[in-house]
Formats: sequence, structure tokens, C-alpha cells
Amino acid sequence: VLLCQCSCYVAEDQQFQWLEKVFGSMQKKGLQVTILSTCPVADYKTQESTLTLVSPFLKALKTKEFQEPVCCPLLEQPNIVRDLPAAVLSYCQVWQIPAVLYQCYTDVIKLDTVTIEAFKPLLSSKVLKSLAKDASESTKILKKFLTTSETHNNIYI
Amino acid sequence: MFIPCDRGGDSAAPDFKGFTLLMPAVSVGNVGQLAIDLVISTLDMTKVGYFYTDCLVPMVGNNPYATAEENSTELSINAEVYSLPSKKLVVLQIRSPFIKNKYRPFCETLLSWVKSSKCARVVLLSSSHAYQRDDEQLLGTPLRYLLTPDLEKAVGGCMKELNWKEMEKVAAYPGISDTDKVLHIPGGGITKLLFTESCSEGIQMAVLLKFCSEGDNIPDAFVLVNYLNEWLQLIKSEVNPSSQWKIPSSWRLLFGNGLPPALF
Repeated sequence: VLLCQCSCYVAEDQQFQWLEKVFGSMQKKGLQVTILSTCPVADYKTQESTLTLVSPFLKALKTKEFQEPVCCPLLEQPNIVRDLPAAVLSYCQVWQIPAVLYQCYTDVIKLDTVTIEAFKPLLSSKVLKSLAKDASESTKILKKFLTTSETHNNIYI
Repeated sequence: MFIPCDRGGDSAAPDFKGFTLLMPAVSVGNVGQLAIDLVISTLDMTKVGYFYTDCLVPMVGNNPYATAEENSTELSINAEVYSLPSKKLVVLQIRSPFIKNKYRPFCETLLSWVKSSKCARVVLLSSSHAYQRDDEQLLGTPLRYLLTPDLEKAVGGCMKELNWKEMEKVAAYPGISDTDKVLHIPGGGITKLLFTESCSEGIQMAVLLKFCSEGDNIPDAFVLVNYLNEWLQLIKSEVNPSSQWKIPSSWRLLFGNGLPPALF
């Protein structure tokens, strides 16, 4: 299992090159890709107002070759996904690589346990099951990670 | 470049020899793209491939032409190719803006594909800023056409019969009387570049465009697609041709979500 963490902004005119660099050196046979991303819930298009939606929530998009069950509902039209997650999924669709994108719609800007916990259903998926040691401990572990950064979120310091 | 959807030993690559390629320019009001959506949706065209390129901003979403639960989960990307062999029609739909400085590379890739796939002709649906019209253009029809010399020979007479108006050339330096006249399509995106390149490469291309402004461009899309239909006769144009076009499911919520009840 290869984990690729992209913590910087990749401009639209560099996304193609980013893809070629990352996927160029990988064997495509037997490859399966999982993309995790977040975006503001205000971008979610729905008949109701987004204020009445319970967020964070997870939505998925998958390529034609991806046959396994997804851990959440699929993203309905007219919603779309942009930027690097879209570039990766497009690449996988065109080159027939099984891939799934999990997009978390959240109403907070900073990292918090609630948003990360929205991804919890993924820990029981076929791909990630082997990675997670003990999913029941996840809440405790998450709290430990985030208390260290929370003090920086206080605007009065 | 064009990548077919079905790539297996037994399935042959789609053959577009002699077909008409219909495509939009990403232009003011996205009118060309909306018109193409109407064509694909109404004619229930089949997706046959992707136009994979680094010239367009990436985007993905589920099937924008879904009619039922079963066909709503097919992934779509930013540039896809649809075909209707019974009408010898192949359609390229573009769903996102061009990346800076990528107009020319895209034109080159596209025209190279047109030549290699032996398409008979290209029809480009586009639009231009309504506010840039001169006094004469403000009167009469907001629709215009352009033909490359090679297509002019073939269908020039047809346009005259339809009583269509050719896009006027404007003075290169407005205000100065005896100056060269040039083609000027403000807000037309790649239209002018693609047209001039097609002229010099001997490609049969027609441009159909409408003067419009940004806003609710659905009516503009209907006008443009009916204009196209006058010539190509894609659907039967009876008393009210607009009612024959099928609006795709992805056109929902174009102007935002529902309102929060707390607002009132």
C-alpha cells in the first residue's frame, strides 16, 4: 500500500505534470487508487439549503473499473469535483484504473476530529482494513493528534 | 488526445471517417457547451471516448445525461466524445475552462485528430459579447456563421438559401477609415484561433455563433441549437422546435441551492 500525502496546493497548470510524475513510476497492473479529499459544504448543490444539511458528510465517485462497494452514497449530479482529486480520478478513468474518490463536505476550515471521523467508514473497506490496527481506538488516537495543534487555533494568543 | 472507452482485443476503435464533428468553444455564457448538452441529451448519444488533454482544467462528476438510477453512476470527465453513427455525427463536449497559454496546443491537437480520424467537417458552436456589437449588428438577428474556404465551396449556397448572415469583419484600427478588415470575435474563446488555423490547413469548418451576455444562457442555447438544426436537421423542426430538445438532468440548480428557511 502506497500512501501519497499532498499537503501543498497544486496549481491547475501543474496538475497534469504532478500526475505524470506520481503515476509514471508506478505499475498500473493490479493498481487500485483511493483518493481522500475535503471541500466546503457550501459548494454542495442540493434542493434544500446547505444550512439544513448535517455536515460533515461523505460522498463518493468511482471509475468504471472500480467494482467494490463504496462506503457512502455516490455524489449526485449536478455536483462536480475539481482540482487535484479530479485530475487523479480523470487519469484513472481514462487509463482504466479502478479508483474511488471520497469527498468529505465540511463546514469548518481548520482540522478537527469531527471532520476526520467522517472518514471512519473507510477503515472497514477492503483496501484499508489491513492498514488500520484497531478501528475502535480511532477516536482516542485522533484526540491525541489534535490536542497538540489546538492551542495554535486560539486567536487570543 | 482521443482515447476510446472500449479498448479490448475484440472491439474495434470507433471510425469517424466522413462524420461531422460538432463541438463547442468555451465562450461567453457557455452557450456552445449548453447547446451541445442539448444535442447529446436529445439524440441520446453514446459516449465513445475521452479527449484527454492537459489544456483544460480537470473536473469529474457523475453522468450529466442520466435519465434513471441505473445510468446515473457513470463517471464523466472534462472532455468527452459522443457518437451517433446513424447521423454520421460525432460530438466533442468540453466541460471546463482552458488553462492559461493552452489555446494553441489544444487547437493543434484537435485539428491533428480531425485530420487523422478523417472527419468530413467540423461545426463549432460559439458566442460573442453582445455589448461589442456595432450599430448595424444591434439590429436584426444575433446569429452569425463563418465558413472556411474549403467548406464555402461545398455548402456556401446552402447558407444563402437559409438566409443566414455571415460574421462581419471589423476595421483593424477602429476609427481609421482605410484600414484592413479583420475577424474579431470578442468573448469567443478559441473560436478565432481554431477558425484561422482551419482556414490555413484546408479543413472544412463552420462556426455558428450567437451574440449574448453572461446570465441565464439557457434561452441562448436553445436559439443556437435551433439555428444549427436549420442546417443539419438533427431533429424534426416542427411548429415549436424548442420543445423537441431534451434538457439534461445536470442543468438542475444552475443558480444555486434552495433558500434557508431561517432567511424569512
